[in-house]
Amino acid sequence: MSKTKFILGLFDDPDDMMHGIEKLQKNSIPIYDVYSPMPIHGIEDKLGVKESRLGYAAFCFGCLGACVIFSIVYYTLVHDWPMNIGGKPNFAMPNFVPFTFEWTILFTAFGMTFTFFAATHLFPGRAPRVMDLRATDDRFVIAVDAKGNIPHDDITNLLKEAGAVEVKHNDRKYVSYE
Amino acid sequence: MASHSESIIREPLITGKDITYAKITNDVLNPVENMPNKAWWIGFTVASLGSLLWVVSISYTFWFGLGAWGLNKTVGWAWDITGFVWWVGIGHAGTLISAVLLIFRQNWRNSINRSAEAMTIFAVICAATYIVAHMGRPWLAYFTLPLPNQYALWVNWNSALMMDVFAISTYFSVSLVFWYTGLLPDIASIRDRATGLRRRIYSVLSFGWTGSVKTWQRFETVSLILAGISTPLVLSVHTIVSFDFATSLEPGWHTTIFPPYFVAGAIFSGFAMVQTLLLVTRKVLGLENYITMFHIESMNKIILLTGSIVGVAYITEFFIAWYSGVEYEQYAFINRATGPYWWAYWSMMSCNVISPQLFWSKYLRTNIKFSWFLSIIVNIGMWFERFVIIVTSLHRDYIPSSWAMFYPTWVDVSVFIGSIGLFFTMFLLFIRVLPAVAMAEVKLLLKTSSEQAKKKLIDSGTLKEAEVEYYKESLVKYDSVDMADYEK
Repeated sequence: MSKTKFILGLFDDPDDMMHGIEKLQKNSIPIYDVYSPMPIHGIEDKLGVKESRLGYAAFCFGCLGACVIFSIVYYTLVHDWPMNIGGKPNFAMPNFVPFTFEWTILFTAFGMTFTFFAATHLFPGRAPRVMDLRATDDRFVIAVDAKGNIPHDDITNLLKEAGAVEVKHNDRKYVSYE
Repeated sequence: MASHSESIIREPLITGKDITYAKITNDVLNPVENMPNKAWWIGFTVASLGSLLWVVSISYTFWFGLGAWGLNKTVGWAWDITGFVWWVGIGHAGTLISAVLLIFRQNWRNSINRSAEAMTIFAVICAATYIVAHMGRPWLAYFTLPLPNQYALWVNWNSALMMDVFAISTYFSVSLVFWYTGLLPDIASIRDRATGLRRRIYSVLSFGWTGSVKTWQRFETVSLILAGISTPLVLSVHTIVSFDFATSLEPGWHTTIFPPYFVAGAIFSGFAMVQTLLLVTRKVLGLENYITMFHIESMNKIILLTGSIVGVAYITEFFIAWYSGVEYEQYAFINRATGPYWWAYWSMMSCNVISPQLFWSKYLRTNIKFSWFLSIIVNIGMWFERFVIIVTSLHRDYIPSSWAMFYPTWVDVSVFIGSIGLFFTMFLLFIRVLPAVAMAEVKLLLKTSSEQAKKKLIDSGTLKEAEVEYYKESLVKYDSVDMADYEK
């Protein structure tokens, strides 16, 4: 048994990498993940990644924000301490609009972004689980779990054929940051 | 697909030969990973001295109170609110570039959005300092929040000033979230190239970003939705700032044109400030290939458009004052143009309405030195606009016995100059420690909208001759393109 844990195909061109994904899929080799320095459009369909549901979260947070601030304004201005200002109605809805609007936006932005951070496990101080250091610079990396996917040389050849500039057989899953 | 070729008649967004993904990273991170050059140090020294002046004058204000300013009983709002509105307006361009242009799929925003957003954040910080200082007792700033208190009183939700508190705080925090989320992939790029302590710091700041498929997919969803909500937000912010004036009964303020007019003015001044910053930044940081003449010209066109909108608004305002038949309103406007502050009014008119019209000339709007000069003129003009609206409306009260003039004290002047210093200090620190260009987003354009990709298409010889000619003509204006490559 080799000690290889992950096989990484490093591409210098996103189109070549897409080609590499096709080749691996044609040979029924499961892809662990793909790392790239920029978003690649169309890759989700190819890898069967479902559409993000963050939009629904955003909508719910927006509704929550609207309800919260509307309740606060209503409670303070209409219920708890109604003031007679020139005989005008206490429940002056048009005046509530700017506050309701601002907090809808505020809750949407923070709620959605923090949901994104939580779902993707992003938080300050998290150890970066990087497989190759150049994946945030100029390399488009396809990672294949070496376990069960044998022979490794065939995978190497497939990646090379697709145009990989380098194929790495890593003994460790993540690059250690010491 | 990751790439398909773009129509040849569109101007390239990245110029230069042999641009690779690695070269983009190297070029953008050059100022971050190396010691700053002389130009940066000079700028930073001057800006820091400005900040110091700000610290002194703000401290003086807090110690002695608002009496240190030139305010009097009649003119109770002057330089401080002028400065506040000026800075908030400047902030608007950043959000406009990052949000509105994203929704409209204007790819040229990709290389300028990062620094423009940073500018937004710093400008709003400067604006907030005016608000806090204007409170007179900044330690009581929490009075603006609906907190239960011993007076058993709540805040006045009917007040436009209260709306302002919510608008500005939401705007600042949402802009910050938008900006920082966009920074994550680029901070990860710095992290993976750094060593030692730097790596540790950037590692914490990067939140553990890896760039996996799912991360990018969610990132793009988040960016798009943030852009979608920031667009109405940015319009609401200056609308609400204009409510501070429009909901009063002051002649010259009490007009329904204020919200759209303020928003147009905000975008106008904001783009001018982006131009002021980026024309210098691209030169000092050597980013000519990413912030190209196309970007400069596009921004100048927006300045021309919004400047014209502002001009129409000024004239409409004047017309409506006459048409309304309200004596006080009519006098307020005649007084603006011919009263003791005529020079402020005509500075505003010439800087904001007349001078941007020069950008109808292609020669002038593709001239870097002139663009920079005009951006400064617009900044000055927009400052005068706020001064005119605020001081000239107030200084001649309903009762002639309370008519007065406003004279700024050294504290007024120092707070203003100091806030500019503060702004530049923050901006200069930003370009030292964080990438001034969104690398990931620029990399996205490399295979479609770059000069080299288009050159390859031309060399393949499959394009229509006329279209290629048109494209070549559009390249002439670029200062970063060597036309010799296109001659055969």
